[in-house]
Amino acid sequence: MTEPKTLYEKIWDAHVVDQRDDGTALIYIDRHLVHEVTSPQAFEGLRKAGRTVRRPDLTLAVPDHNLPTTARLDANGNKIPIADPQSAAQLEALEANAPAFGIEYIGASDIKQGIVHVIGPEQGFTLPGTTLVCGDSHTAAHGALGALAFGIGTSEVEHVLATQTLQLTRSKSMEIRVEGDLGPGISPKDLILHIIGVIGTAGGTGFVIEYRGKVFEEMSIEGRLTVSNMSIEAGARAGLIAPDQKTFDYLKGRPMAPKGADWDAAVTYWKTLPSDDGAKFDKSVTIDAADVAPTVTWGTSPEDVVPVSGHVPEPESFTDASKQDAARKSLDYMGLEPGQAMGDVAVENIFIGSCTNSRIEDMRAAAAVLEGRKKADNVKWAIVVPGSGLVKVQAEKEGLDRIFVEAGFEWREPGCSACLGMNPDKVPAGERCASTSNRNFVGRQGPGARTHLMSPAMAAAAAVTGKLTDVRELVK
Amino acid sequence: MKPVKQVEGRAYPFGQKNVDTDVIIPAKWLKTISRDGLGEGAFETVRAQDGNVFDDPEYSGANILIAGDNFGCGSSREHAAWAMDDMGIKAVIAPSFSDIFSGNAFKNGLLAIALPQEAIDRLMEVAKTDPITVDMESMSVTTPFQDRFTFEMDPFRHQCLSEGTDEIDLTLAKSDAIETYEKRIDSAQPWNNPQAA
Ligand code: SF4
Repeated sequence: MTEPKTLYEKIWDAHVVDQRDDGTALIYIDRHLVHEVTSPQAFEGLRKAGRTVRRPDLTLAVPDHNLPTTARLDANGNKIPIADPQSAAQLEALEANAPAFGIEYIGASDIKQGIVHVIGPEQGFTLPGTTLVCGDSHTAAHGALGALAFGIGTSEVEHVLATQTLQLTRSKSMEIRVEGDLGPGISPKDLILHIIGVIGTAGGTGFVIEYRGKVFEEMSIEGRLTVSNMSIEAGARAGLIAPDQKTFDYLKGRPMAPKGADWDAAVTYWKTLPSDDGAKFDKSVTIDAADVAPTVTWGTSPEDVVPVSGHVPEPESFTDASKQDAARKSLDYMGLEPGQAMGDVAVENIFIGSCTNSRIEDMRAAAAVLEGRKKADNVKWAIVVPGSGLVKVQAEKEGLDRIFVEAGFEWREPGCSACLGMNPDKVPAGERCASTSNRNFVGRQGPGARTHLMSPAMAAAAAVTGKLTDVRELVK
Repeated sequence: MKPVKQVEGRAYPFGQKNVDTDVIIPAKWLKTISRDGLGEGAFETVRAQDGNVFDDPEYSGANILIAGDNFGCGSSREHAAWAMDDMGIKAVIAPSFSDIFSGNAFKNGLLAIALPQEAIDRLMEVAKTDPITVDMESMSVTTPFQDRFTFEMDPFRHQCLSEGTDEIDLTLAKSDAIETYEKRIDSAQPWNNPQAA
């Protein structure tokens, strides 16, 4: 009998090309996603060194970070030029680099275009048991399908392009076991925000987290993607959820997924991947699902979470002096008073989108709250940015776009948008945003922008009332 | 990559915890298609504040940064390492680093040295008046006051940094092993390659 192994160990062991004595290994990379922001210097590096791409068929390129989310084609179907010359140059660089190195490229006006982490699963490019990398930290999302997926820097992008491998050190493994059931109206986003609040933004440093328990088994693939996506916010290298029948049903028939007899062989293999009984994790954390409330952030770190029914914490309530100091700075930046009720915090901006929450289920959850309602007068700017062209088309088929527009939202083209404030979609300085994205860092959504992270339903509820709101009050 | 044997000089006593990559280099600087010139945007939001260490003439020309726990958390942007390099920083000393940042730093010859909080506290004091030395051969950080803190480093990284080895060349030297791996997977799991979309 062989030693019981975790899902992580199984994927790792299956990808070792060369093992070094010091514990590092050369790991084969099955899938590589490339976008416009972290790739130009990698392609430039290849060119300078006269190197080629080893396996162009394993890389997929798509623009998302910088691309404006306003209309891309005019009435005659001609490309609308991008106003910002630097953004335009990055897009042109990717558009030229991909074909020059033989890489498949999904262009800005292709219906398949979208955020890297939305289109990977959607196209069936992401598969269980594969290693997948991308020059973006939220690559952790793909772990929802049982792929070992993590963000890499540009030098590593270059390394993968040239060699299809990475030199890696094995991470430790952590299991986060969620016991019990989530209450009604509690979303995967509430759960992951709660988890990050419990373990902290450095809690997962050095670990790959596997999310385990009935809650995840019952969770949709979309929800699993939301959870795994934010593993990086807990400091972890990657997140993983064991592939199961839901995963297979989700992937079957996707364009880049295996077909016919190949499909059956793949499923047979994927079924061997879940962690064995008795497999050992270096660390285990147990979370009681009943503790998870509709959650929002109050500060400038994703660990600064509180139930929406709660209050802004007193900096003195933190034991560690540097945390107290950080809390004071956060509150100052956020313009909040200790003890203030979260439910009294008014918001002027709403952003529904990002690779954390821009899939069809997220659109549906937000639209369900907004149906027949309008945004409050104090909400100046409310946008919905679908994660991909395919999500957008599906939502339009279901009439969700009309619900958003009638509620006073702008219905945009796919991309990262106000998640990182790189394209023109930014939150004005000093203003607040109820955001479904993943980071509330200082200046993340634009210089001086004040971000409150939450689920799509909660962001929709905030739009309706003009302040942070427990969505359960609106959908009783 | 140039070999790094030693970094000696004044250090910015920055000390902050959880310094994220948006603080090191805000997103608006990420629109470049080159690795150079990012120093101008480094720590932009910190520098906007009066009395910040980066603009304090006392530390002008400093080439070491001392920071708190979890340095470089947040995004995978390598621009963070390029920006620090461009502003002249050759070593960062902190109690811990985000995994991605330390990888990026290493690949750009920027030393990311982890030392316990007590050592950091002491170095923060020394940095206010005197230079600090990071030595790769003895794997130690020293001060003019006989302080000596030894650090650990992954042996592979240590060798690459000390010798200035290009990691891609090292891996390309293993092309045979990569090919063998590919052949094995192609026959055992032919479905593993993406179908044409
Ligand atoms: S949506 Fe935000 S987090 Fe996701 S890939 Fe884009 S910038 Fe990164």
